[in-house]
Amino acid sequence: MSGTAVAGAIRPPGGLNRLFSAGQDADYRAHLAAFGALAPSSLTPELVDELARSGLSGRGGAGFPVARKVGAVSRHSDRLWARSPVVIANGAEGEPRSIKDSTLLRHAPHLVIDGLLAAGAAVGASKLYLYAPAGSIDYARAAARERKDARSIVFVEAKDSFISGEASAVVNAIENGIALPTDRIVRLTTTGLRRLPTLVHNVETLAQVGLIARFGAAWFRSLGSERDPGTRLVTVSGFVPQERVLEVAGHTSIADILESCGVPLDGVAAVLVGGYHGAWIARDNLTANLSAGGLAPHGARSGAGILYVLGRHECPLVASASIVHYLASESARQCGPCLFGLPEMASLLERLATGDREQGLRRQLEALTQSVIGRGSCHHPDGTAGLVLSTLSVFAADVDAHLTGRCLRTAQPSRRSNG
Amino acid sequence: MAEPPLGPVLHIDWTRCDGRGLCTELLPELLARDKWGYPVAITGAPTARSDVAITPRHLDAATDAVALCPLLALTIVGSSR
Repeated sequence: MSGTAVAGAIRPPGGLNRLFSAGQDADYRAHLAAFGALAPSSLTPELVDELARSGLSGRGGAGFPVARKVGAVSRHSDRLWARSPVVIANGAEGEPRSIKDSTLLRHAPHLVIDGLLAAGAAVGASKLYLYAPAGSIDYARAAARERKDARSIVFVEAKDSFISGEASAVVNAIENGIALPTDRIVRLTTTGLRRLPTLVHNVETLAQVGLIARFGAAWFRSLGSERDPGTRLVTVSGFVPQERVLEVAGHTSIADILESCGVPLDGVAAVLVGGYHGAWIARDNLTANLSAGGLAPHGARSGAGILYVLGRHECPLVASASIVHYLASESARQCGPCLFGLPEMASLLERLATGDREQGLRRQLEALTQSVIGRGSCHHPDGTAGLVLSTLSVFAADVDAHLTGRCLRTAQPSRRSNG
Repeated sequence: MAEPPLGPVLHIDWTRCDGRGLCTELLPELLARDKWGYPVAITGAPTARSDVAITPRHLDAATDAVALCPLLALTIVGSSR
């Protein structure tokens, strides 16, 4: 396509390469050549109806319908009382096994900015923020300097921690400089940043909004399925030739994604889906697709599109114990059950992983998960407990073997490490 | 976070709670102490453990607990009082 595209001559991206179709390191010129300019007519409250028709769901983890969140903010706004909403693009991406947001901010920052501007216009926002870690924020800042319409965006650097991207932590970081979750009895869409109705959207969600604002809901739905329309970004890591970000249709199967990354399926033991707060899916179930309906029977959700692959010769209990240990260390240390419960959970799982044969370990772990679930101001304890329960259930045979002094994966007796 | 259920609930702000235990003494039918000393709802679903349903006969004691909690970790939400 020539570099002097005129509006109207732009063809919507065909095929699976949508978000990155302006190419690598796309500057504003390449962005306009690929997507055209955002028409003023798409920067209106009517965009909310288009988003509702598109069926777009959030790409940051919770998977909440975008139009409903946007609608909630609009309902709580009131120009008369100077309650104009705030929109925040969240690129914190605290999950260690996710690089899709940093990849997006580097190669397609203009699409994220478009989505932020469009969402802002749709709700009549008074303030727009882009929140991202040091490694990504400079790309977004440089992109904003290339255009006149992005001058109102305020850039805030996110701390590099697991929970810095939790929505209430995002608001707390921007308002008070403290990237820790806060206790809430009302939703952020009702009262958030400086008590204004606040919309926190993942950067990929906003990039999709930037596309829907241009090409419409019907185009968005031309890929994916009824229940999981459009494309989504996934990060594949672990037992894989190379860590990769892929754009896939919403209902693609895990097996297909692994194959396209060159992962031999018979070398895989399981895949952790949805990140460190996610669930393990054993090799026999990898034909499951990423849609909500495909993953629900396995107790999983696509979340932020994280697929962490575990090889056949790796001990899943050792892998899970190290993840739970990390999650325990990333507790905000604000809520007692999380502060005390998570390290205890990590240590019990580590004992199981390293060959402690105390028969009560499984029961103690299960009891501990029950004593932290629902008892925190954010979902960190729940997510961590979920991973532990998933480990005990998907790898029940491994747990049994460990309790008799064997490891099914490493073909050697599991032994207590001294230390 | 989820909106609290309808009807009055005793909301626990875990970021403030330090496990002093006053609330568990005032509301022994609703709250026990876990092994670390923090209040734990005796009844209700795991999802309602930060928003503990209050029946009318507990409302006075719950109101006392809110007023007396040394760390201001308790609120009654969804009550008409």
